[in-house]
Amino acid sequence: MRKFDTKVQHLKYKVLREVARLAWNDRLAEGIMDIPNIIVPKSEPTMRCCVYKERAIVAERVKLAMGGDSSNPNVIEVIEIACDECPMSGYEVSSACRGCLAHRCEDVCKRGAISFDDNHVAHIDKTKCVQCGQCAKVCPYGAILNHTRPCVKACKVKAISSNNENAASIDNHACIACGACVYQCPFGAIMDKSFILNAIELLKASQKDEATRVYAVVAPSISSQFSYAKLGQVISGIKALGFHTVVEAALGADMVALSEARELAEKGFLTSSCCPAFVAYIKKQFPDLAPYISHNLSPAATIAEYIKSTEPGAKVIFIGPCTAKKMEMQEDRVKDLIDCVITFEELQALFDSRDLDISTMEEDVLNNASYYGRIFARSGGLSDAVAQALKEQGLDDFDLKAVPCDGIEACRIALLKASRRMLNGNFIEGMACQGGCIGGAGCLTHGEKNKADVDKYGEEALEKTITDAVSMIQ
Amino acid sequence: MMFIRVCIGSSCHLRGSQAIIDLLQKAIEENGLSDLVVLTGSFCLGKCHPKGVTVSVDDVVFEGINPENFREFFEKHILLPLQNA
Repeated sequence: MRKFDTKVQHLKYKVLREVARLAWNDRLAEGIMDIPNIIVPKSEPTMRCCVYKERAIVAERVKLAMGGDSSNPNVIEVIEIACDECPMSGYEVSSACRGCLAHRCEDVCKRGAISFDDNHVAHIDKTKCVQCGQCAKVCPYGAILNHTRPCVKACKVKAISSNNENAASIDNHACIACGACVYQCPFGAIMDKSFILNAIELLKASQKDEATRVYAVVAPSISSQFSYAKLGQVISGIKALGFHTVVEAALGADMVALSEARELAEKGFLTSSCCPAFVAYIKKQFPDLAPYISHNLSPAATIAEYIKSTEPGAKVIFIGPCTAKKMEMQEDRVKDLIDCVITFEELQALFDSRDLDISTMEEDVLNNASYYGRIFARSGGLSDAVAQALKEQGLDDFDLKAVPCDGIEACRIALLKASRRMLNGNFIEGMACQGGCIGGAGCLTHGEKNKADVDKYGEEALEKTITDAVSMIQ
Repeated sequence: MMFIRVCIGSSCHLRGSQAIIDLLQKAIEENGLSDLVVLTGSFCLGKCHPKGVTVSVDDVVFEGINPENFREFFEKHILLPLQNA
């Protein structure tokens, strides 16, 4: 079974694995220069024009695997030499143009940008074209193509443009660190900074000092990942890396659902605060709505806070699908709660850096949260949980009208309506990634089955109500 | 003050942490010990046991606590030390 969706992820993973391998053995300083040759060993290029460019790009990936450019506050970075500078010429006529008689393209173009050569083939005058796309729509041969960069297309918050060298460039003021561009760039030229070295450092320190044991807080979307093994084996693998134990972020989600329901009933209108990219988006693009963001910490930070209340010296590493979490952990009210964030991709690299084949391990157990906490991982789950939490707390009188927003574009529309007081709803569930967290950029695989996997995992929870799950810790 | 920690990690949870917490709360109440003990949870006390839940009393760890042996555990390791204190 394939571990990743794309070869880009696989390449990124190999670099992370090699960096981690050296770090475990305290050989980073001496071995780091060898990594490009380990990844690109032959003299024939397989990815770029020559092996030297391939190795130079791997060296850049090594930097990102070690935390990236510390002068750049964003966790999403462009590897400029890896950017293929894809054409972004906009609408162009391709060789599929047959030179027909109808000239629908010419008729529909209000700017008069289309002309014909001696072979009756259409041409677009760039100085007149305004990129409306009407010509492409009417051409019976589909001969007019729109050349936009995959990163620009993926970035729904319009944070990507090109710099003077024509490479992709990220506007940190607009970027919400969702990682959509990371996953969509076919050349792997945009990457999330990795903090695996911090994770390894924490794990190593905990072996020497019992008082700094490391807790793994895993996102519920883990149920849709590592499909080549059983969830219980993934838990065994995490513990084999040196984690003291594994706790579900979904229990934090249960706690959040209860207090979010109370906050909503009290205030009458609220947006969720679970998705850090959504929260960043409101703060950046809709500052007027910022007071309506739920005051709850995210589920991961909520459970981390609880863990540290039971064991003050404990360290918490969040393992999830999310690149925006790497921004969240730097926030003032989160930085003392979550010590490090790694993605599922990075967890796979850590397993393999220790040569752990989780598919042969014994199955451990994972059970802290309720059905409702677990379904936070998919779009609509949070709204279901808040409805249930209202019911369980006797707040049925509150007339919940949830607006689950699947993806940042849906979030934008709901926020736009809310800012004009035209939203038919009183609770916006915002998830920046398509499908919810299961669509996160740090997932190993993205598939149709993921939602069903999350629902199944939810149904397997021992506790059927949120109150039951939370009563354990109160 | 006596600190009692009940393991609520996944393994103990599935072996009945909730029942042990309920029994403890009831026993503490019945014996009027509420002011003398602090009852908290922990996500793993590192002694998973097939027969029951792990509980620590002032950092001494007892594993395999279940509703059958609860009474004996409570009297010997919680009630008696508090009465003698």
